[in-house]
Amino acid sequence: MALLEVKDLSVVFARKGEREVRAVDGVSFDVDAGEVVGLVGESGCGKSVTSLAIMGLLPKRGVRVSGQATFDGMNLLQTDERTLRDIRGRDVAMIFQDPLSSLNPVVPIGLQVTEVLTRHRGMKGEAAKKEAAHLLERVGIPDPTRRLKEYPHQLSGGMRQRALIAMAVACAPRLLIADEPTTALDVTIQAQILELLKDLVRDSGTALLMITHDLGVVAGMCKSINVLYAGRRVESAPRRVLFAQRHHPYTVGLLGSIPRLDAPKGEKLRPITGSVRDVLPWAEGCAFAPRCFNRVDRCVDGPPELVWTAAQHGYRCVNPVMEAETAK
Amino acid sequence: MFRFIVRRLLQLIPTLFGLSLLLFVWLHRLPGGPETAILGERSTPELRARIREEMGLDQPIWVQYGRFMKRVLSGDLGTSIGTKRPVTTEFLERFPGTVELTITALIIAVGIGIPLGYIAARRRGTWIDQLSVGGALLGICIPVFFLGYIVKEVLAVNFGWFPTTGRQDVTIDATRVTGFFVLDGLLTREWDAAADAIMHLILPGIVLASIPLASIVRITRASVLEVVQEDYVRTAEAKGLTEQTVRSRHILRNAMLPVATTIGLLTGSLLSGAVLTETVFAFSGIGAFIVEAIDRRDYPVLMGFIMIVAVIYVLVNLLVDLSYSLIDPRVRVR
Repeated sequence: MALLEVKDLSVVFARKGEREVRAVDGVSFDVDAGEVVGLVGESGCGKSVTSLAIMGLLPKRGVRVSGQATFDGMNLLQTDERTLRDIRGRDVAMIFQDPLSSLNPVVPIGLQVTEVLTRHRGMKGEAAKKEAAHLLERVGIPDPTRRLKEYPHQLSGGMRQRALIAMAVACAPRLLIADEPTTALDVTIQAQILELLKDLVRDSGTALLMITHDLGVVAGMCKSINVLYAGRRVESAPRRVLFAQRHHPYTVGLLGSIPRLDAPKGEKLRPITGSVRDVLPWAEGCAFAPRCFNRVDRCVDGPPELVWTAAQHGYRCVNPVMEAETAK
Repeated sequence: MFRFIVRRLLQLIPTLFGLSLLLFVWLHRLPGGPETAILGERSTPELRARIREEMGLDQPIWVQYGRFMKRVLSGDLGTSIGTKRPVTTEFLERFPGTVELTITALIIAVGIGIPLGYIAARRRGTWIDQLSVGGALLGICIPVFFLGYIVKEVLAVNFGWFPTTGRQDVTIDATRVTGFFVLDGLLTREWDAAADAIMHLILPGIVLASIPLASIVRITRASVLEVVQEDYVRTAEAKGLTEQTVRSRHILRNAMLPVATTIGLLTGSLLSGAVLTETVFAFSGIGAFIVEAIDRRDYPVLMGFIMIVAVIYVLVNLLVDLSYSLIDPRVRVR
């Protein structure tokens, strides 16, 4: 059985007097123990909401969550707040996008690390400080004893993200959810942070759910990749399968819009036209149809189903891209 | 830090000089003078002129101001025209009452205001929220003298739970050390005197707290509402910290900055005296005395009291500024 089994997860934002927004619409995927899984999509596709729903961190009011998120046999969506607080930070930990705003500006880094140790591992005083310094060292922060006394604003961007990672791995969680962990960082730092995450999950056997808009980020590390669009999974495949052949035009577009240094001179980027707001409601057809280069009339006949091939490759498209070159 | 304090204290000098000049000219331009207060409306112009001459009020204003500054610089604030006692003595006698009242009001306002503002923010839109926001509005709107009389009539006169007026029961013969009645009672171990002084403070304290309480509730609520949306609060929740830790370490500590500013400003204004509250409870503080001095055109008292209050105001705000750097490490005091 998978470590985390997300099944038919839906999140609806329903504020009084406002139109309901279905941010996540029946998403399912698995994360096996020790495995790295990617959740990919543009801003607004529902990937962050998915992770927050799994963690139970969405606001209680005005939000309806349905479906299942089974972690180690326990449905997190039905678990009471107290048990969830025990699980969060200990068994399931999370890293966020913007390391500066994700750290408390008025609390020293040291306390922000030790408070996790105190809460979940019962460590106090010197022992906790020593362990915190050890953790900072492990995530590659030099001079950790001095850093413990410093405040977030005294650290560089990469250092802050390392500190956040140290807090997340403090209790050796079985699942780590990283929500765009490199988006706010310089390219050189991005690569370092990805390396660090890769090393950490390999050494500790932690499973990693990697949430990103950048297919390039997941290319090097994920075992399987799920692509979300407008709250639904539109493509899912093991990494090798997906990079050899992408069926959904959206995934093709995502990869086509990554700048590459080895691209032939004069080759232009092929951005996906339009924005994530130009969606069609799934009930009426494919939500991606208004932006799709491969659109046919059948696209708007009704909601497309997820079709699976023999290679565990699933795609939700009635007119899929069948050869890698079609897009070019 | 040290240089910051010294610089702020040096800034006090031009501030005080400007204030004294402005205040002096302004007070002396008020129609009438102390001679009317002393002699009454029906006195003869000759008699009034003689008194003015005796007090040196017939001199040009810059001469009068020069004399005043010379006296002040030698540490003498002069003698009250009304009571014939040194201004410093009058001040030292009344200011402890004002300080005690201010502290009481602040304890009530902060002790109730911050928790209430926090709860209102966390239970936004519920009856608790509406009750505290509505109550805060009422606290600001209700006239102090009205609230004062109601509280006094009900709790002191009808139920007799609290004394109605004054700072200390006349039957208690307390030893005076500092002029702060509660402190005196504790220092001399006269527990009954201390307890009695506290009982005398509660009702005026509640009345005086009504407006500060309302401000603190509203500011705390707004500040907490802003902080709970911050990413670091989500991080704290994602770490599985207990609700208490998230609340005290991650929400309240960040939400306290604007609240500290408000408390500082409130403290300053409370220390300059609470005329209405003091009047309703016949409580001896500086507020009622200043109003009386305005009526009597008691120039030395007015000049002296207002200048001292200005110094205290500046000092309180200095303390508030210093407290920022304790709350927020990003604020560097230089």
